[in-house]
Amino acid sequence: MTVNAAPETTALPRQGTLSIIWQGLTRNKSGFAGAVIVLLILGLAYIGPFLIDRHNPSDGAKVWQAPSAEHLLGTNLQGKDTLIKVILGGAEPLWVGILAALIAVGVAVVVGSVAGYFRGKVDTVALQLTDITLTIPGIVLMLVLTTMYRSISATAIAVIIGVTTAPVLVRSIRAQVMSLKEREFVEAARLQNLGAGRIIFTEILPNMGGYIFVNFILAINNAIYALVGMYLLGLLPSTADNWGLMIYESWNSGAFRLPRALPYIAVPLALIILFQIGLVAMSRSLEQALNPRLRER
Amino acid sequence: MPETPTIPDSPATAPLLRLSGLEQVFDTKRGKVPAVSGVDLKVEAGKVLCLVGESGCGKTTTARAAAGLTRPTGGSVEYLGHDIHRMGAAEWQEYREAVQYIHQDPYASLNPVRTVLSSLTAGLRKHKKVKGRHEARQAAARLLEQVELTPAESYLDKYPHQLSGGQRQRVAVARALAMNPKLLIADESTSMLDVSIRVSLLNTLGGLRDDLGVGFMFITHDLAVAKYFAWDGEIAVMYLGKVVEHGPTPQVINDPQHPYTKALIAAVCEPDPRLARSKKTIPLRSAEIPSLTALPSGCTFHPRCPLAESGDCDTTPPTLAPLDERRRLACHVVARDHVAAQAGTG
Amino acid sequence: MSEEPILSVRDLRITYQTGRNSEVVAARDVEFDLYPGQSMALVGESGCGKTTLGLGLLRLLPKLGRIPQGEIVYRRKDGTTADILKMGKEELRRFRWSEAAMVFQGAMNAFNPVQRIGAHFADTLKDHLPEGKRLSKTEIRERSEELLRMVRLEPGRVLPSFPHELSGGMKQRALIALALALNPQVLVLDEPTTALDLLTQCSIVEELHRLRAEFGFTMIFITHDLGLAAELADRVSTMYAGRIIETGTAEDIFYDPRHPYTSGLINAVLPVVGDLPQLASIPGSPPSLATLPAGCAFGPRCEYVQDRCREAVPALEPLTDRPDGLTHATACLRAEDVQHSREVVSRA
Repeated sequence: MTVNAAPETTALPRQGTLSIIWQGLTRNKSGFAGAVIVLLILGLAYIGPFLIDRHNPSDGAKVWQAPSAEHLLGTNLQGKDTLIKVILGGAEPLWVGILAALIAVGVAVVVGSVAGYFRGKVDTVALQLTDITLTIPGIVLMLVLTTMYRSISATAIAVIIGVTTAPVLVRSIRAQVMSLKEREFVEAARLQNLGAGRIIFTEILPNMGGYIFVNFILAINNAIYALVGMYLLGLLPSTADNWGLMIYESWNSGAFRLPRALPYIAVPLALIILFQIGLVAMSRSLEQALNPRLRER
Repeated sequence: MPETPTIPDSPATAPLLRLSGLEQVFDTKRGKVPAVSGVDLKVEAGKVLCLVGESGCGKTTTARAAAGLTRPTGGSVEYLGHDIHRMGAAEWQEYREAVQYIHQDPYASLNPVRTVLSSLTAGLRKHKKVKGRHEARQAAARLLEQVELTPAESYLDKYPHQLSGGQRQRVAVARALAMNPKLLIADESTSMLDVSIRVSLLNTLGGLRDDLGVGFMFITHDLAVAKYFAWDGEIAVMYLGKVVEHGPTPQVINDPQHPYTKALIAAVCEPDPRLARSKKTIPLRSAEIPSLTALPSGCTFHPRCPLAESGDCDTTPPTLAPLDERRRLACHVVARDHVAAQAGTG
Repeated sequence: MSEEPILSVRDLRITYQTGRNSEVVAARDVEFDLYPGQSMALVGESGCGKTTLGLGLLRLLPKLGRIPQGEIVYRRKDGTTADILKMGKEELRRFRWSEAAMVFQGAMNAFNPVQRIGAHFADTLKDHLPEGKRLSKTEIRERSEELLRMVRLEPGRVLPSFPHELSGGMKQRALIALALALNPQVLVLDEPTTALDLLTQCSIVEELHRLRAEFGFTMIFITHDLGLAAELADRVSTMYAGRIIETGTAEDIFYDPRHPYTSGLINAVLPVVGDLPQLASIPGSPPSLATLPAGCAFGPRCEYVQDRCREAVPALEPLTDRPDGLTHATACLRAEDVQHSREVVSRA
């Protein structure tokens, strides 16, 4: 007696996560442009160094030269080539940004979802920890740590930025898990005795995929800014090639006022800003791709 | 028959599910809310028990406790004679599979980011009841056929938002069936659907009851739906957290005894103009339902009850006691008159 | 009943814009005459266009809704007529509430949550006065109290309350009182009892009966609940996919439906009192308004369907000849062949 009308839309082809991500990146122009920008900058920072002659001697006769055929972006205070410094200087800030974001989001997802799902003692402890961490001013902690350890590594900086930015995210993920946990489909999963781990990771978190992803992107941006800020304050050792350090040097020596020395500060700054714009554009369309309802549009 | 929770049944004779003295008090900002206070009910294998009542009567709270979704603050829920909150992991797993719950809102009960296939087979895969993708797909297709979603293949890869309300509710039922349950607790599962869709889902559920021998605890505010689905079963009418009348459906519907049941049945808008015009509503003394936080003394229905008398009604809460062989009733006045009438005829 | 209809709807079409260049027709070919004092139910399942039609009658459609064609002629008490669709802004504002009022669906959300009930009444009373007329505070207060007493609410308690302090039933009563504030001739109610508890529903129905007997207003109510239609309507119109497909007295519709869809709808509900009949569902599901099938929109789900049903949309043809809009009419080519019966499964 019952004849259910055949569904009107044709079934979506079964998709793996990778194909969903690819579809997300190519679904609209701005998302695609964002992805291209991000990939180009990553390429410049991580593949670039292998394609060039990394030898970049200082030369007292070439201080702050304007761009020329020999030095496409001019030279710096020590007469070193700006372009080579730009290519070599990207790896560290990007690595710090990505690692710090991974740590922040990873900690937040695990702590936030466990605390929000189980509540009780776990929750109380997690909340206290985040409260304590929230009260420590990150920049002061940095100050202390950098004066104690003169040569602090990029990875250590990433860990510190990651851990200190996690608490805010812990709280928002916990709040979301708490509300999703009350949703009926989660109750349905409990009725199937799926177990807490599965319920958190396969029922609840995928519903927050877009949110987590956007926060990951924002965390990268924040970490990069924090790193550049610390260089600007002179908190970090000036050893390696680094975009943050370039900005600091230009700023500190007043060279940013010289038109011919402008590329030394403008190019790293522009790359950082472009990277962030690229990430944001990319994240918008990926967020849509991660939501099956928005995916069809 | 009065329930005697003190004598434990042996698993062989114990009912599928028994609620004894079930109490659920919620702590809220406005104080303690006794949503359910002292419910004794049982469901036998393959039988239908329908809980009816208005919003706030405790029918959903009772159902959720029966499904093990909440822990009651008093009394017990027993599955085959065993208290579900004192079970070991293996026993709990058996109960969990045997008693499934279907939510009211088919738009909220399916995970929006999972396909029908994935929702249907999550439990099967977790409990190792299917091996591999192919087997899972076949199992899911069989489940969809059981709930008359055919051709099943065309639904498996859909996301919930691509389905209509009726189709989603069928998927939710299929997911419950995946566990091979002995009892389905359906909480207003048809009330959000349009009439024609509702009937077809009711008929499907009736098929599961008749063909698979699945028992039902069926919660609804719609007396017509209760009558249709539970005709061969029983109805328990709830008011402010208590069962006020309980008996076989045809008796309760066509010969209600409790003044509240009478008022409810008289209040139904009948889809039949002549019947609607001839039917007399029963005027209640007050239109407003008392708040659970400030329950009236004695019988909680007495401030609205047309039969209320001073004396017992406003001082002593009536107990749910047998009226005849098959019916239980919680009303001082009707019980007394019944005894008097029997003494008169006998 | 008087000779002239109070509301005459002709060839009405209502569309919704769905995209920059796309629209769906939510109601089409709607025609009816409503006579003073009648109570008409518009019944149908979700998405059939009944709410759209109800809102359209008073031009209360949401932003994307349009009425590209048709006319809705309203006849005032003094015998003059006006096409609601041709009214200017100011004329329309005065027409609503004072001539025709709407009780919106969902008593829960119809009041502004931060305004006391008294303020809602004051606003309505002040807003719709004829130009140049003013009401004093005491006049407003007295009229509000009178209105609330009319629907058997305690003015002293209700007027100073905020909406959330009232129960669903009380809010619905207050809404009805508010709609009656300016003595309208026509009252349009959208799902007046949905989401209310059974006993509350029943009391609202009684209230509407009483008010109608007392004030003699004409009523159109929109409902998916056939029970409510049987209880409250003299006339019932069934809608399917944006069209009125059958219309007649409540007896016509409930005891002798001539459209297979109406018959299916009736067979999908049962009275609580009495025997247990077999309920039958209507196969399939309603079509999307954007992609209606050719010919009769119900065709693909209809057991009586023939080739000719797919050729053209059947028009609403009268089956009886009765005055005052009480004619039984149906839009089915096979109206004569429709068998309406139901099997009794179990006797009470």
